[in-house]
Amino acid sequence: MSLFNSYKIIYLSFLVCLVAAIFPLPIMFNAFRPDWMLLVLSYWVMALPHRVNIGHAFILGLLLDLLLGSILGMHGLLFSLLAYFTSINFQRFRNFTLVQTTLLLGVFIFLAKLGLYWIASSMQEITLHRPYFWSIFTSMIIWPWFFLFMRFIRVRYKVS
Amino acid sequence: MIACCVGLLIADNKYNLFSPARVYLNSIVAPIQYIADAPQKLFGSFSENIMTRQALVERNQQLEKDNLHLKADRLLLGQLQSENKQLRELLNSEKKFKYKRMITEVMSLRSDPFTHQLLIDKGALNGVYLGQPVINEQGVVGQVSQVGSTTSRVVLIVDATHGIPVRVQRNDVIAIVHGSGAWDQLKVPFVQSNADIKEGDLLVTSGLGGRFPAGYPVAKISRFEYQEGELYATVTATPVADLDRSRYLLLLWNDDPLADADLTLDSPELFDVPVQ
Repeated sequence: MSLFNSYKIIYLSFLVCLVAAIFPLPIMFNAFRPDWMLLVLSYWVMALPHRVNIGHAFILGLLLDLLLGSILGMHGLLFSLLAYFTSINFQRFRNFTLVQTTLLLGVFIFLAKLGLYWIASSMQEITLHRPYFWSIFTSMIIWPWFFLFMRFIRVRYKVS
Repeated sequence: MIACCVGLLIADNKYNLFSPARVYLNSIVAPIQYIADAPQKLFGSFSENIMTRQALVERNQQLEKDNLHLKADRLLLGQLQSENKQLRELLNSEKKFKYKRMITEVMSLRSDPFTHQLLIDKGALNGVYLGQPVINEQGVVGQVSQVGSTTSRVVLIVDATHGIPVRVQRNDVIAIVHGSGAWDQLKVPFVQSNADIKEGDLLVTSGLGGRFPAGYPVAKISRFEYQEGELYATVTATPVADLDRSRYLLLLWNDDPLADADLTLDSPELFDVPVQ
Protein backbone atom coordinates (compact mmCIF):
# COMPACT_ATOMS: atom_id res chain seq x y z
CA MET A 1 0.00 0.00 0.00
CA SER A 2 1.16 3.51 -0.66
CA LEU A 3 2.90 5.61 1.92
CA PHE A 4 0.01 8.04 2.15
CA ASN A 5 -2.49 5.32 2.93
CA SER A 6 -0.23 3.77 5.56
CA TYR A 7 0.09 7.08 7.33
CA LYS A 8 -3.64 7.63 7.03
CA ILE A 9 -4.31 4.45 9.02
CA ILE A 10 -1.57 5.19 11.54
CA TYR A 11 -2.73 8.75 12.20
CA LEU A 12 -6.34 7.63 12.41
CA SER A 13 -5.38 5.14 15.13
CA PHE A 14 -3.50 7.92 16.95
CA LEU A 15 -6.53 10.19 16.77
CA VAL A 16 -8.86 7.49 18.07
CA CYS A 17 -6.51 6.80 20.97
CA LEU A 18 -6.16 10.51 21.79
CA VAL A 19 -9.95 10.76 21.98
CA ALA A 20 -10.09 7.60 24.12
CA ALA A 21 -7.44 9.06 26.41
CA ILE A 22 -9.54 12.15 27.23
CA PHE A 23 -13.00 10.65 26.85
CA PRO A 24 -15.06 11.79 29.83
CA LEU A 25 -15.63 9.00 32.33
CA PRO A 26 -17.17 9.01 35.79
CA ILE A 27 -14.61 9.79 38.49
CA MET A 28 -14.80 6.24 39.82
CA PHE A 29 -13.71 4.66 36.55
CA ASN A 30 -11.27 7.37 35.59
CA ALA A 31 -8.40 5.67 37.41
CA PHE A 32 -9.01 2.44 35.52
CA ARG A 33 -8.75 4.07 32.12
CA PRO A 34 -6.04 2.23 30.13
CA ASP A 35 -3.14 4.32 28.85
CA TRP A 36 -4.27 4.22 25.25
CA MET A 37 -1.53 6.49 23.97
CA LEU A 38 1.23 4.31 25.41
CA LEU A 39 -0.38 1.17 23.98
CA VAL A 40 -0.79 2.53 20.46
CA LEU A 41 2.65 4.12 20.42
CA SER A 42 4.46 1.01 21.56
CA TYR A 43 2.52 -1.08 19.08
CA TRP A 44 3.43 1.06 16.08
CA VAL A 45 7.03 1.55 17.15
CA MET A 46 7.37 -2.21 17.56
CA ALA A 47 5.62 -3.05 14.30
CA LEU A 48 6.84 -0.27 12.01
CA PRO A 49 9.88 1.43 13.53
CA HIS A 50 10.75 2.99 10.17
CA ARG A 51 7.37 4.75 10.01
CA VAL A 52 6.70 5.81 13.59
CA ASN A 53 9.70 7.27 15.36
CA ILE A 54 10.66 9.38 18.34
CA GLY A 55 9.46 12.55 16.63
CA HIS A 56 5.94 11.18 16.43
CA ALA A 57 6.10 10.18 20.07
CA PHE A 58 7.21 13.68 21.02
CA ILE A 59 4.45 15.43 19.06
CA LEU A 60 1.81 13.07 20.43
CA GLY A 61 3.10 13.64 23.94
CA LEU A 62 2.80 17.40 23.47
CA LEU A 63 -0.75 17.02 22.13
CA LEU A 64 -1.67 14.91 25.14
CA ASP A 65 -0.13 17.53 27.44
CA LEU A 66 -2.29 20.20 25.86
CA LEU A 67 -5.40 18.03 26.01
CA LEU A 68 -4.88 17.11 29.64
CA GLY A 69 -3.76 20.57 30.69
CA SER A 70 -0.61 19.29 32.34
CA ILE A 71 2.81 20.94 32.21
CA LEU A 72 3.95 21.22 28.60
CA GLY A 73 6.50 18.53 27.70
CA MET A 74 5.77 16.12 30.53
CA HIS A 75 4.21 13.41 28.38
CA GLY A 76 6.41 14.45 25.45
CA LEU A 77 9.55 13.57 27.36
CA LEU A 78 8.22 10.25 28.64
CA PHE A 79 6.81 9.17 25.30
CA SER A 80 9.99 9.96 23.39
CA LEU A 81 12.10 8.06 25.95
CA LEU A 82 9.76 5.10 25.65
CA ALA A 83 9.81 5.22 21.85
CA TYR A 84 13.60 5.34 21.96
CA PHE A 85 13.90 2.23 24.13
CA THR A 86 11.33 0.38 22.05
CA SER A 87 12.90 1.33 18.74
CA ILE A 88 16.43 0.19 19.66
CA ASN A 89 15.07 -3.13 20.91
CA PHE A 90 12.25 -3.71 18.44
CA GLN A 91 13.94 -6.81 16.94
CA ARG A 92 13.97 -8.47 20.32
CA PHE A 93 10.48 -7.37 21.36
CA ARG A 94 8.99 -8.71 18.13
CA ASN A 95 10.11 -12.22 19.02
CA PHE A 96 8.51 -12.08 22.43
CA THR A 97 5.34 -14.03 23.05
CA LEU A 98 2.16 -12.17 23.82
CA VAL A 99 2.54 -12.87 27.54
CA GLN A 100 6.07 -11.49 27.54
CA THR A 101 5.07 -8.30 25.74
CA THR A 102 2.20 -7.87 28.17
CA LEU A 103 4.58 -8.02 31.10
CA LEU A 104 6.99 -5.71 29.30
CA LEU A 105 4.18 -3.22 28.68
CA GLY A 106 3.30 -3.40 32.36
CA VAL A 107 6.88 -2.47 33.28
CA PHE A 108 6.94 0.33 30.70
CA ILE A 109 3.69 1.84 31.91
CA PHE A 110 4.79 1.57 35.52
CA LEU A 111 8.04 3.39 34.71
CA ALA A 112 6.19 6.00 32.68
CA LYS A 113 3.73 6.64 35.53
CA LEU A 114 6.55 6.83 38.01
CA GLY A 115 8.35 9.30 35.74
CA LEU A 116 5.21 11.41 35.33
CA TYR A 117 4.70 11.48 39.07
CA TRP A 118 8.33 12.42 39.62
CA ILE A 119 8.25 15.29 37.12
CA ALA A 120 4.92 16.57 38.36
CA SER A 121 5.93 16.40 42.00
CA SER A 122 9.16 18.27 41.35
CA MET A 123 7.32 21.04 39.49
CA GLN A 124 4.17 21.65 41.49
CA GLU A 125 2.41 20.70 44.65
CA ILE A 126 0.44 17.53 44.01
CA THR A 127 -1.12 14.67 45.88
CA LEU A 128 -0.82 11.04 44.85
CA HIS A 129 -4.06 9.10 44.89
CA ARG A 130 -3.94 5.40 45.56
CA PRO A 131 -5.83 4.40 42.39
CA TYR A 132 -3.18 6.14 40.30
CA PHE A 133 -1.32 2.92 39.49
CA TRP A 134 -4.38 0.76 38.88
CA SER A 135 -4.48 1.68 35.22
CA ILE A 136 -1.34 -0.44 34.73
CA PHE A 137 -3.43 -3.56 35.25
CA THR A 138 -6.26 -2.48 32.99
CA SER A 139 -3.69 -1.60 30.33
CA MET A 140 -2.11 -5.03 30.69
CA ILE A 141 -5.49 -6.72 30.37
CA ILE A 142 -6.33 -4.65 27.31
CA TRP A 143 -2.96 -5.07 25.61
CA PRO A 144 -3.26 -8.63 24.10
CA TRP A 145 -6.63 -7.83 22.53
CA PHE A 146 -5.41 -4.45 21.42
CA PHE A 147 -2.29 -6.04 19.93
CA LEU A 148 -4.28 -8.64 17.99
CA PHE A 149 -6.77 -6.04 16.82
CA MET A 150 -4.03 -3.69 15.61
CA ARG A 151 -2.29 -6.55 13.83
CA PHE A 152 -5.56 -7.40 12.14
CA ILE A 153 -5.92 -3.75 11.06
CA ARG A 154 -2.32 -3.68 9.85
CA VAL A 155 -2.67 -6.83 7.78
CA ARG A 156 -6.15 -5.98 6.54
CA TYR A 157 -5.15 -2.54 5.25
CA LYS A 158 -1.62 -3.63 4.37
CA VAL A 159 0.00 -0.87 6.38
CA SER A 160 3.75 -1.09 5.97
CA MET B 1 15.05 15.59 21.90
CA ILE B 2 15.36 15.08 25.63
CA ALA B 3 17.10 18.42 26.05
CA CYS B 4 14.28 19.95 24.06
CA CYS B 5 11.68 18.37 26.35
CA VAL B 6 13.44 19.43 29.51
CA GLY B 7 13.78 22.91 28.04
CA LEU B 8 10.05 22.96 27.35
CA LEU B 9 9.27 21.76 30.86
CA ILE B 10 11.34 24.47 32.46
CA ALA B 11 10.19 27.18 30.08
CA ASP B 12 6.55 26.34 30.65
CA ASN B 13 6.71 25.90 34.37
CA LYS B 14 9.29 28.29 35.70
CA TYR B 15 9.04 31.20 33.32
CA ASN B 16 5.54 30.77 31.94
CA LEU B 17 6.85 31.50 28.46
CA PHE B 18 3.93 29.81 26.80
CA SER B 19 1.07 31.54 28.53
CA PRO B 20 0.35 33.78 25.51
CA ALA B 21 0.88 30.90 23.08
CA ARG B 22 -1.30 28.59 25.15
CA VAL B 23 -4.43 30.23 23.81
CA TYR B 24 -3.49 29.19 20.28
CA LEU B 25 -2.12 25.81 21.33
CA ASN B 26 -5.30 25.05 23.24
CA SER B 27 -7.33 26.11 20.22
CA ILE B 28 -5.42 23.61 18.07
CA VAL B 29 -6.42 20.68 20.23
CA ALA B 30 -9.97 21.94 20.87
CA PRO B 31 -11.47 19.89 17.97
CA ILE B 32 -10.26 16.66 19.59
CA GLN B 33 -11.89 17.72 22.84
CA TYR B 34 -15.14 18.42 21.03
CA ILE B 35 -14.97 14.97 19.40
CA ALA B 36 -14.44 13.35 22.79
CA ASP B 37 -17.34 15.31 24.24
CA ALA B 38 -19.70 14.61 21.32
CA PRO B 39 -20.98 11.12 22.32
CA GLN B 40 -21.95 12.36 25.76
CA LYS B 41 -23.78 15.33 24.31
CA LEU B 42 -25.50 13.13 21.77
CA PHE B 43 -26.55 10.72 24.47
CA GLY B 44 -27.84 13.61 26.57
CA SER B 45 -29.98 15.03 23.79
CA PHE B 46 -31.16 11.52 22.90
CA SER B 47 -32.32 10.81 26.44
CA GLU B 48 -34.02 14.21 26.51
CA ASN B 49 -35.87 13.30 23.34
CA ILE B 50 -37.21 10.00 24.59
CA MET B 51 -38.54 11.37 27.88
CA THR B 52 -42.18 10.56 28.25
CA ARG B 53 -44.91 13.15 28.22
CA GLN B 54 -45.76 12.31 31.81
CA ALA B 55 -42.18 12.94 32.95
CA LEU B 56 -42.08 16.21 31.05
CA VAL B 57 -45.31 17.41 32.58
CA GLU B 58 -44.10 16.53 36.07
CA ARG B 59 -40.80 18.24 35.48
CA ASN B 60 -42.53 21.30 34.14
CA GLN B 61 -44.76 21.50 37.20
CA GLN B 62 -41.78 21.13 39.49
CA LEU B 63 -39.92 23.87 37.66
CA GLU B 64 -42.99 26.13 37.75
CA LYS B 65 -43.16 25.67 41.52
CA ASP B 66 -39.47 26.37 41.94
CA ASN B 67 -39.81 29.41 39.72
CA LEU B 68 -42.65 30.74 41.84
CA HIS B 69 -40.67 30.31 45.04
CA LEU B 70 -37.59 31.92 43.55
CA LYS B 71 -39.60 34.83 42.20
CA ALA B 72 -41.17 35.37 45.59
CA ASP B 73 -37.70 35.38 47.13
CA ARG B 74 -36.57 37.79 44.49
CA LEU B 75 -39.29 40.27 45.39
CA LEU B 76 -37.90 40.38 48.87
CA LEU B 77 -34.37 40.52 47.54
CA GLY B 78 -35.13 43.62 45.47
CA GLN B 79 -36.46 45.38 48.50
CA LEU B 80 -33.50 44.29 50.62
CA GLN B 81 -31.15 45.44 47.91
CA SER B 82 -32.58 48.94 47.82
CA GLU B 83 -32.57 49.07 51.59
CA ASN B 84 -28.98 47.88 51.65
CA LYS B 85 -28.09 50.52 49.09
CA GLN B 86 -29.63 53.25 51.19
CA LEU B 87 -27.77 52.06 54.26
CA ARG B 88 -24.54 51.93 52.34
CA GLU B 89 -25.10 55.44 51.08
CA LEU B 90 -25.56 56.54 54.66
CA LEU B 91 -22.26 54.85 55.49
CA ASN B 92 -20.51 56.37 52.48
CA SER B 93 -19.31 53.00 51.23
CA GLU B 94 -19.95 51.71 47.75
CA LYS B 95 -20.67 48.10 47.10
CA LYS B 96 -21.79 46.60 43.86
CA PHE B 97 -23.86 43.46 43.58
CA LYS B 98 -24.37 43.37 39.83
CA TYR B 99 -22.07 41.13 37.89
CA LYS B 100 -22.18 40.05 34.31
CA ARG B 101 -22.41 36.29 34.17
CA MET B 102 -22.61 33.53 31.61
CA ILE B 103 -23.77 29.93 31.72
CA THR B 104 -21.21 27.38 30.59
CA GLU B 105 -21.23 23.63 30.18
CA VAL B 106 -18.65 21.22 31.59
CA MET B 107 -16.98 19.20 28.85
CA SER B 108 -14.73 16.95 30.85
CA LEU B 109 -13.67 16.52 34.40
CA ARG B 110 -10.23 15.94 35.76
CA SER B 111 -8.26 14.43 32.93
CA ASP B 112 -4.81 15.09 34.33
CA PRO B 113 -4.19 12.61 37.15
CA PHE B 114 -2.46 15.03 39.50
CA THR B 115 -4.61 18.13 39.39
CA HIS B 116 -8.29 18.86 39.84
CA GLN B 117 -9.41 20.61 36.73
CA LEU B 118 -12.37 20.69 34.47
CA LEU B 119 -12.87 21.81 30.92
CA ILE B 120 -15.65 24.23 29.98
CA ASP B 121 -17.01 25.15 26.56
CA LYS B 122 -16.44 28.91 26.70
CA GLY B 123 -13.18 30.58 25.77
CA ALA B 124 -11.44 33.81 24.86
CA LEU B 125 -13.99 34.43 22.11
CA ASN B 126 -16.69 34.67 24.79
CA GLY B 127 -14.54 37.04 26.86
CA VAL B 128 -13.26 34.51 29.37
CA TYR B 129 -10.10 35.70 31.10
CA LEU B 130 -7.42 34.15 33.27
CA GLY B 131 -8.35 33.96 36.93
CA GLN B 132 -12.05 34.43 36.29
CA PRO B 133 -14.27 33.14 39.13
CA VAL B 134 -16.52 30.17 38.36
CA ILE B 135 -19.51 29.23 40.52
CA ASN B 136 -22.54 26.99 40.36
CA GLU B 137 -25.92 27.29 42.04
CA GLN B 138 -24.50 25.99 45.32
CA GLY B 139 -21.27 27.91 45.70
CA VAL B 140 -17.80 28.64 44.42
CA VAL B 141 -16.32 26.02 42.09
CA GLY B 142 -12.94 27.44 41.11
CA GLN B 143 -11.22 29.82 38.76
CA VAL B 144 -10.11 29.80 35.12
CA SER B 145 -6.51 28.64 34.81
CA GLN B 146 -6.04 28.32 31.05
CA VAL B 147 -7.90 29.96 28.22
CA GLY B 148 -8.33 28.69 24.69
CA SER B 149 -10.34 30.39 21.98
CA THR B 150 -13.42 28.21 22.48
CA THR B 151 -12.58 26.16 25.57
CA SER B 152 -11.02 26.93 28.94
CA ARG B 153 -9.76 25.05 31.90
CA VAL B 154 -10.98 25.65 35.44
CA VAL B 155 -8.86 24.77 38.43
CA LEU B 156 -11.13 23.67 41.26
CA ILE B 157 -10.96 24.94 44.84
CA VAL B 158 -9.95 21.44 46.02
CA ASP B 159 -6.79 21.45 43.89
CA ALA B 160 -3.65 21.43 46.01
CA THR B 161 -2.39 24.63 44.39
CA HIS B 162 -5.55 26.64 44.94
CA GLY B 163 -6.21 29.05 47.77
CA ILE B 164 -9.15 31.39 48.32
CA PRO B 165 -9.67 34.09 50.94
CA VAL B 166 -12.83 33.56 52.97
CA ARG B 167 -14.61 34.76 56.06
CA VAL B 168 -16.90 32.96 58.44
CA GLN B 169 -20.44 34.06 57.74
CA ARG B 170 -21.45 33.97 61.38
CA ASN B 171 -18.84 36.35 62.78
CA ASP B 172 -16.62 37.63 59.95
CA VAL B 173 -13.46 35.89 61.12
CA ILE B 174 -11.22 35.82 58.06
CA ALA B 175 -9.20 32.83 56.89
CA ILE B 176 -7.78 31.24 53.79
CA VAL B 177 -9.07 27.98 52.35
CA HIS B 178 -6.56 25.74 50.61
CA GLY B 179 -7.29 22.71 48.46
CA SER B 180 -6.14 19.41 49.87
CA GLY B 181 -5.99 17.34 46.69
CA ALA B 182 -8.92 15.17 47.77
CA TRP B 183 -12.35 15.66 46.23
CA ASP B 184 -14.30 16.49 49.33
CA GLN B 185 -11.81 18.14 51.62
CA LEU B 186 -10.34 21.59 52.05
CA LYS B 187 -7.75 22.79 54.53
CA VAL B 188 -7.94 25.97 56.54
CA PRO B 189 -4.37 26.64 57.67
CA PHE B 190 -3.07 29.21 60.16
CA VAL B 191 -6.14 29.39 62.33
CA GLN B 192 -5.41 30.47 65.89
CA SER B 193 -6.33 27.93 68.50
CA ASN B 194 -8.73 30.34 70.18
CA ALA B 195 -10.42 31.49 66.99
CA ASP B 196 -14.19 31.50 67.14
CA ILE B 197 -14.82 28.83 64.52
CA LYS B 198 -17.16 25.93 65.08
CA GLU B 199 -17.99 22.82 63.10
CA GLY B 200 -20.78 23.57 60.66
CA ASP B 201 -19.83 27.22 60.13
CA LEU B 202 -20.33 28.45 56.59
CA LEU B 203 -17.32 30.06 54.91
CA VAL B 204 -18.08 32.69 52.27
CA THR B 205 -15.71 34.54 49.97
CA SER B 206 -14.35 37.67 51.57
CA GLY B 207 -13.40 39.39 48.33
CA LEU B 208 -10.07 40.39 49.84
CA GLY B 209 -7.94 38.85 47.10
CA GLY B 210 -9.76 40.94 44.53
CA ARG B 211 -10.37 37.90 42.39
CA PHE B 212 -13.58 36.44 43.77
CA PRO B 213 -16.51 38.76 44.48
CA ALA B 214 -17.48 38.84 48.14
CA GLY B 215 -20.31 36.84 49.65
CA TYR B 216 -20.44 33.55 47.76
CA PRO B 217 -20.51 30.37 49.88
CA VAL B 218 -17.37 28.24 49.61
CA ALA B 219 -17.27 25.54 52.26
CA LYS B 220 -18.58 24.28 55.57
CA ILE B 221 -16.24 23.58 58.47
CA SER B 222 -16.21 19.84 59.05
CA ARG B 223 -13.61 19.52 61.78
CA PHE B 224 -12.00 21.89 64.25
CA GLU B 225 -9.34 20.36 66.41
CA TYR B 226 -6.74 21.83 68.65
CA GLN B 227 -3.98 19.89 70.31
CA GLU B 228 -2.28 21.33 73.33
CA GLY B 229 1.09 22.82 72.42
CA GLU B 230 0.39 23.21 68.73
CA LEU B 231 0.75 26.64 67.20
CA TYR B 232 -2.38 26.46 65.08
CA ALA B 233 -5.57 24.46 65.10
CA THR B 234 -6.20 21.82 62.45
CA VAL B 235 -9.29 22.85 60.57
CA THR B 236 -10.80 21.04 57.61
CA ALA B 237 -13.82 21.96 55.55
CA THR B 238 -15.97 20.41 52.85
CA PRO B 239 -16.90 22.36 49.72
CA VAL B 240 -20.59 23.26 49.51
CA ALA B 241 -20.73 22.87 45.73
CA ASP B 242 -20.95 19.40 44.20
CA LEU B 243 -17.72 19.76 42.28
CA ASP B 244 -17.81 16.45 40.44
CA ARG B 245 -21.51 16.41 39.68
CA SER B 246 -22.47 19.73 38.15
CA ARG B 247 -23.05 19.90 34.43
CA TYR B 248 -23.65 23.64 34.15
CA LEU B 249 -21.57 26.37 35.74
CA LEU B 250 -21.68 30.16 35.86
CA LEU B 251 -18.80 32.39 34.84
CA LEU B 252 -18.69 35.72 36.68
CA TRP B 253 -17.20 38.94 35.41
CA ASN B 254 -15.66 40.64 38.36
CA ASP B 255 -15.08 44.02 36.72
CA ASP B 256 -13.98 46.16 39.56
CA PRO B 257 -12.39 43.81 42.06
CA LEU B 258 -11.41 46.36 44.65
CA ALA B 259 -14.80 48.06 44.71
CA ASP B 260 -16.39 45.09 46.40
CA ALA B 261 -13.51 44.17 48.63
CA ASP B 262 -14.15 45.13 52.21
CA LEU B 263 -11.48 47.81 52.25
CA THR B 264 -13.72 50.43 53.78
CA LEU B 265 -11.05 52.20 55.74
CA ASP B 266 -13.07 55.41 55.78
CA SER B 267 -15.28 54.08 58.53
CA PRO B 268 -18.00 56.40 59.80
CA GLU B 269 -16.06 57.12 63.01
CA LEU B 270 -13.62 59.20 61.02
CA PHE B 271 -16.35 61.54 59.89
CA ASP B 272 -18.04 61.78 63.22
CA VAL B 273 -16.96 64.62 65.36
CA PRO B 274 -15.79 63.17 68.66
CA VAL B 275 -18.20 63.99 71.39
CA GLN B 276 -16.56 65.79 74.23
